[in-house]
Amino acid sequence: MRKYNELIFELSKPGRTAYRLPENDVENIAVEELIPAEYLNDDELNLPEVSEVDIIRHYTNLSDKNFGVDTGFYPLGSCTMKYNPKINEDMASLDGFKNIHPLQSEETVQGALKLMYELDKALCEIAGMDKMTLQPAAGAHGELTGLTLIKAYHENRGDTKRTKIIVPDSAHGTNPASAIMAGFDTIEIKSTKDGLVDIESLKAALSDEVAGLMLTNPNTLGLFEKDIKEIADLVHGCGGLLYYDGANANAILGQARPGDMGFDVVHFNIHKTFSTPHGGGGPGSGPVGVKKILLDFIPTPTVEKDGDRYYLDYDYPKSVGRMKDFYGHFGILVRAYTYILTMGRDGLKKASEMAVLNANYLGHRLKDHYNLQEDTIFKHEFVLAGLKDGLSEVTTLDVAKRLLDYGYHPPTVYFPLIVNEALMPEPTESESKETLDEFADALIKIAEEARENPEILKEAPHNTPVGRVNETQAARNPVLKYEG
Amino acid sequence: MKVVKDLFYTEDHEWVKVDGDEAYIGLSDYAQNALGDIVYVDLPEVEDEFDKEEGFSAVESVKAAADIYMPVGGTILEINEDLFDNPELLNQDPYENWVVKIKVADKAELDELMTSEEYEKFLDEEV
Repeated sequence: MRKYNELIFELSKPGRTAYRLPENDVENIAVEELIPAEYLNDDELNLPEVSEVDIIRHYTNLSDKNFGVDTGFYPLGSCTMKYNPKINEDMASLDGFKNIHPLQSEETVQGALKLMYELDKALCEIAGMDKMTLQPAAGAHGELTGLTLIKAYHENRGDTKRTKIIVPDSAHGTNPASAIMAGFDTIEIKSTKDGLVDIESLKAALSDEVAGLMLTNPNTLGLFEKDIKEIADLVHGCGGLLYYDGANANAILGQARPGDMGFDVVHFNIHKTFSTPHGGGGPGSGPVGVKKILLDFIPTPTVEKDGDRYYLDYDYPKSVGRMKDFYGHFGILVRAYTYILTMGRDGLKKASEMAVLNANYLGHRLKDHYNLQEDTIFKHEFVLAGLKDGLSEVTTLDVAKRLLDYGYHPPTVYFPLIVNEALMPEPTESESKETLDEFADALIKIAEEARENPEILKEAPHNTPVGRVNETQAARNPVLKYEG
Repeated sequence: MKVVKDLFYTEDHEWVKVDGDEAYIGLSDYAQNALGDIVYVDLPEVEDEFDKEEGFSAVESVKAAADIYMPVGGTILEINEDLFDNPELLNQDPYENWVVKIKVADKAELDELMTSEEYEKFLDEEV
C-alpha cells in the first residue's frame, strides 16, 4: 500500500488549471439579475487549482490504496467476500443488458425479462420457495420486504394483534432494525451454551402476538441450527411465520433448502452468495423468495411467461406495492445469473462444500492459539473469542490492526455480540490451501508477538498509509469536510 | 470489574439505585467496559412510561449499539442531559453518571433484581 496521503486541496497552486474554458459566445448576465441577493453566497469558492497530471496522479495514487478481493485475502465473516468471476462483468456489459432503458417496451427487452424470469426460477429452486421478487436492493432491504409481506399476510387475515418479531441474540443487527422499520416490536431470545437457539427461551416468547421469527441458518457462530424443524413447528404452531436471513446461505448451497426447513420467506444476498461485487464495489441485491401463502402480497411487477413471451405482471390486487424503483439492480442480477449458470448445480454444491472445508481447516489450525468459540465441526465461518493466552492488555482490535501489516483485510471483529473479543473469519471457497496456511501463519505469528512484544500490536498498523486512528474521536467529533 | 454495594443489578448489566418510590438507572462498569468507548446515548422523554424489561434508551459505542432495558416498570422523571454532549461520562464513571431517574410503578418488582453480591457472583459464573 502506497504511503500517499495528500488532499487534493494541498496540491493547489493559485492560477494552475487543467482545463481552459472556450471563449464565451453568449450574452453575459450578472448573477445578481437572476437570483435575489439574500440567496447569494459571497464567500470565496474554495476549489483546488491543479493541473491535469496532478489530478491523474492524485486519484491514481488513491485508487492504489484500495483493498479488495482482487488484491488480497478478505476473510470478512458473515459478509462472504468471495471472488467475483470476471465472466460476470463480460455478461453484464453485453449491449442488450447494459444499454437498455427500464421504460422500453416489453417487446424490445425480451432477453432481459427472460433473464429475470430464469433467475427467479433458479433462486426458487436453490431456496425451496415458490416465487421471488428481484426488487430489494440489498440484504436489509430484503428483510424489510419480507417482514412487510408477513405483516400483510396477518393483516389480510384480520389478525392485527401480531405485532412482535422474535430475533435470537446472535442475529445480525439488521434483523431487529428491519423489524422496527416494518412496524413491529422485537423480542430477543437467548442462545444456548452451544450457540444455538434456546428452545425453552423460544417457547416462552411464543404467543398469539408473535408475527414471526427471523433466523440465520447457519447462524452467526457458523453453526447449523439442527433443531430447525422443531423451531419451525413451534412458530407455525402459534400462528407465526419464519423468515430466513440468507447472509450465510453460502454454507448450504445445494445441500439444504430454507423452504424445506420450514421457512416461509427468504432473502438471498446476491452480493455475498452469488459472487457479485460487495462493499464499495456494490450495489447489493437482496431478492426475496416466498411460499405460496405469501404470493398474493409480493411486490409488483413480477416477471411472467406466456408461451414464448415474457412480460411484467402487475396483477396482484393485494400486493404490498413496489419496494424499489423499476426492477431492482438489474446489472447485478445479470452477474448472479451468470454465476449460477457458470457453476451449475454441481458447481454450487461444490462451492458450499469447499467454503465449509476451508473454514474448518482454518479454524482448527488456529485453535491452539486463539479461543475457538465452538470446538466442533462448523459451517462456512467460525468465531474466535480472543487470544488463547487471555492477555487482557492485547485485544482483538489489536490483532485485527496487526493483520493489516501482514497484508490482509481483517475478519469481522466484536460480532456476534454474544461472544467476548470476537473475531470472525470466513475464508470462502475461493481460497487455496496455500493462502489459508499463510493467513493462519500470520495469525499465529501475531499471537506470538502478543506474548513477546505486545507493544507492536498496540501500535499497529505500522505499514499502512495511516496508522492507528482514534475511532472514538472520529465518532464523537467527526471532521467531514476540508477546512483549510 | 467494579460493583458498587447497595445498588440493585440486572442480568443485562443495568444498575438501580432506589430512593423511596424513585430510582436512578445506569449502566454497570462491566457494561461500559464491554461496550468500549461510548459515542452516543439516545434518551427517552420525561413522562414516558415503560414496562419492566422494555428498552427505553440506546447506547452506541465504537464496537456496538445496545439497548438499555428497564430493570423495573415505571415513568421517566428525569433524563441525564449531560450524556447528549458527553457520552464518555458513562465510561469515565458509570456509577456516578446515571441515565434516567424514574418513578417506580410497582416496588414488588425490585425484589426480582440482584443484590451487589449476587451480581458479582453472576459476573464470575455466567459471563
